[in-house]
Amino acid sequence: MDFSLSEEQQLIKESVDKFIAKDYVFENRNKILETEDRFSRDLWKQYAELGWLGMALPEEYGGFGGSAVENMLVSEAFGSAMVLEPYLSTVVMAANALVLAGGSEDQKKELVEQIIAGDLLISVAYAEAESGYNLANVSVTANGSGDSYSLNGEKIVVLNAPSADKFIVSARTSGEQSDQSGVSLFLVDANATGVELTSYNTMDGGRGANITFNNASATLLGAEGEGFEVLDQVIDIATAAICAQALGAMNTAFQRTLEYIKTREQFGVPIGTFQVLQHRLVDMFMAVEASRSMVYMVSMSLASDDANERRAAVSSAKAFMGPEARKVAQEAVQIHGGVGMTEELDVGHYFRYLTLFCGTFGSTDYHLKRFAELTQ
Amino acid sequence: MNIDFTAEELQFKEEVREWFNANLPADLKRKSELGIALNKEETQTWGKILNSNGWAAINWPKEYGGTGWSVSQKHLFDEVRVEVGAPNIMSMGVAMLGPVLHAFGTDEQKAEHLPRILNYDDWWCQGYSEPGAGSDLASLKTAAKLEGDEYVVNGSKIWTTYAHYADKMFCLVRTSTEGRKQEGISFLLLDMNDPGMTVRPIVSIDGEHHLNQTFMDDVRTHKSNLVHEENKGWTVAKYLLTHERTGIAGVAGSKAAIAKLKALAKKTIVDGKPAIENEQFAMKIAQVEVDLKALEYTNFRTLAASATGGAPGAESSLLKIKGTQIQQLLAELKVELAGYLAYPWGTLGEAGPEDFGHAVASYNFGRASTIYGGSTEVQYNVMSKGILGL
Repeated sequence: MDFSLSEEQQLIKESVDKFIAKDYVFENRNKILETEDRFSRDLWKQYAELGWLGMALPEEYGGFGGSAVENMLVSEAFGSAMVLEPYLSTVVMAANALVLAGGSEDQKKELVEQIIAGDLLISVAYAEAESGYNLANVSVTANGSGDSYSLNGEKIVVLNAPSADKFIVSARTSGEQSDQSGVSLFLVDANATGVELTSYNTMDGGRGANITFNNASATLLGAEGEGFEVLDQVIDIATAAICAQALGAMNTAFQRTLEYIKTREQFGVPIGTFQVLQHRLVDMFMAVEASRSMVYMVSMSLASDDANERRAAVSSAKAFMGPEARKVAQEAVQIHGGVGMTEELDVGHYFRYLTLFCGTFGSTDYHLKRFAELTQ
Repeated sequence: MNIDFTAEELQFKEEVREWFNANLPADLKRKSELGIALNKEETQTWGKILNSNGWAAINWPKEYGGTGWSVSQKHLFDEVRVEVGAPNIMSMGVAMLGPVLHAFGTDEQKAEHLPRILNYDDWWCQGYSEPGAGSDLASLKTAAKLEGDEYVVNGSKIWTTYAHYADKMFCLVRTSTEGRKQEGISFLLLDMNDPGMTVRPIVSIDGEHHLNQTFMDDVRTHKSNLVHEENKGWTVAKYLLTHERTGIAGVAGSKAAIAKLKALAKKTIVDGKPAIENEQFAMKIAQVEVDLKALEYTNFRTLAASATGGAPGAESSLLKIKGTQIQQLLAELKVELAGYLAYPWGTLGEAGPEDFGHAVASYNFGRASTIYGGSTEVQYNVMSKGILGL
């Protein structure tokens, strides 16, 4: 048993943490929020140059062949500052979808290389209005064969969609609405005819869109009808990544609150002298520590050859961390009092960020049920 | 023991329902049902409609233009109000200043202000909290000095809800630094149009502007705007806390929220079936409903006791703690039901069914309910001291 980082991982962690502490302070993030994209294309380029975008992707695709641990380190640091750039959408989700899907290696290699170079943004469109969190519940249809398919239907809440160059879309090529077989993955150009976005800001400060496809031209990615296993694995990897992001956010919210109760005075003393608050800060601390354990656990389990083992690990982490994240978020606001309710302080932004974490890639109930079914 | 309402009371309830159905504007009803706060103009419109029927101030005695209703009538009115989807407009004038003036105001103060409060002609905001005086309200520093016939006020108030709408402010100011800090506080009425008054907006985590910080720089007010005696403002503030606070438990509102949540869970399809058929989710709604039942009957007991003369003191802390807890849980469940539709921000119905358009904003702002009006932590202190004698 060894929880220590390799020398390379330690260096990565130091460089990402240093960047976050120096360049991604709250005021800078607020400036990025005033731009149209709501993320910085300059910073995105910088991440590419620093090698962060290809860190956890395989070498044969131009990556550095790191493991889920590298991804965890970047995700935790990014979460601690609520980084707005589309690392989750483009690198964790889209690049992994390309790598894991079968099919033409040349086509995939070119796209992943462009992603790693910071030249291509892709968002994955999988959720539908009535699908809940079931990735097999797909009503968007794809008709065609060979190189030519056309998509019809709607996907909702596609993160970073307004700035994406392409989409990876799950669509049904055969079977009933919730069948796992018959789900296929497609590549669609964002500016293709028949692709229409309803764009909006998202609660955590980013951008998202619902997308309707009306006979939109699409390229099959991997084998027809066999997209579910790929998508399921991609969402598991992404779930592990947002658990690490949430850990970073929880820890920052906890640290801010700890600092606040040491300095905020009422009744002539720092409020941190009240035992009621001391115990609640200990609860927050324990939530962060237990969550860190789960983030390590899930990061080490992602590489498992046994898909069910991977699924159970991911679901246990998400099911555990949902309530812990909500508790830390709510307590951070409550203990800050009125000022915690404002846009002006970062605590309220962490609250919103963590609220979204709870319902992304499956709620606590969804993952608890999935875990129960996998471990019966 | 019985919990039945009398035939007269039920008749009253029917009359209230008929009146609401005939007089509630459809656009206000819609906003209220979606959980969106009314703007100033809409609030005043609805306030004036209520006042035209003598219902602007259900908690005021009849002699001052209130309804003079029994606790049962107030309870039934509130029940019907949420049942028909009427907005719960918050008037600091009706809820707080009115009762203060009834108890402590001079005849002139009553004559000047009460009719204008009732008719929503003046919008009052409350100047209590300060950046350094939150839970520890008595440490407030905003100072008022008497110069000739005028008090000159300097300092700053924070969390002044709707100060940007307000014509006037009632506030607590420091008039003496002698003795205990509670003994140098006075209750003063100010004009928001005074040139020394500045209002800075504070946007809250629902993305909306309800809150403000107000700065007083040599704000002047005639000494006749002092309520009660100088340095007795703490008595006034404490009176309000023990004064009957209608609906502090929010039972009627939470009942309506549960009904709406169930209806929404019935029509929201999640992975092939209505969300209400997901047993895990249905059990969570049931748990809150059971908790609410306990609160409802505790509330009934408090109402019954105050009807026979017992003044609700520290007991109202219990109602606030449990009531806000339930409100927050219900908002949380609605966000859970929204799933991915929690992401779209500041859109109403553009990105999904409009039922979810404001769910998350309401959840976010709802976190304030355990902070304002005496935080949950303060309420625990009030109870441990006031009821348990610790």
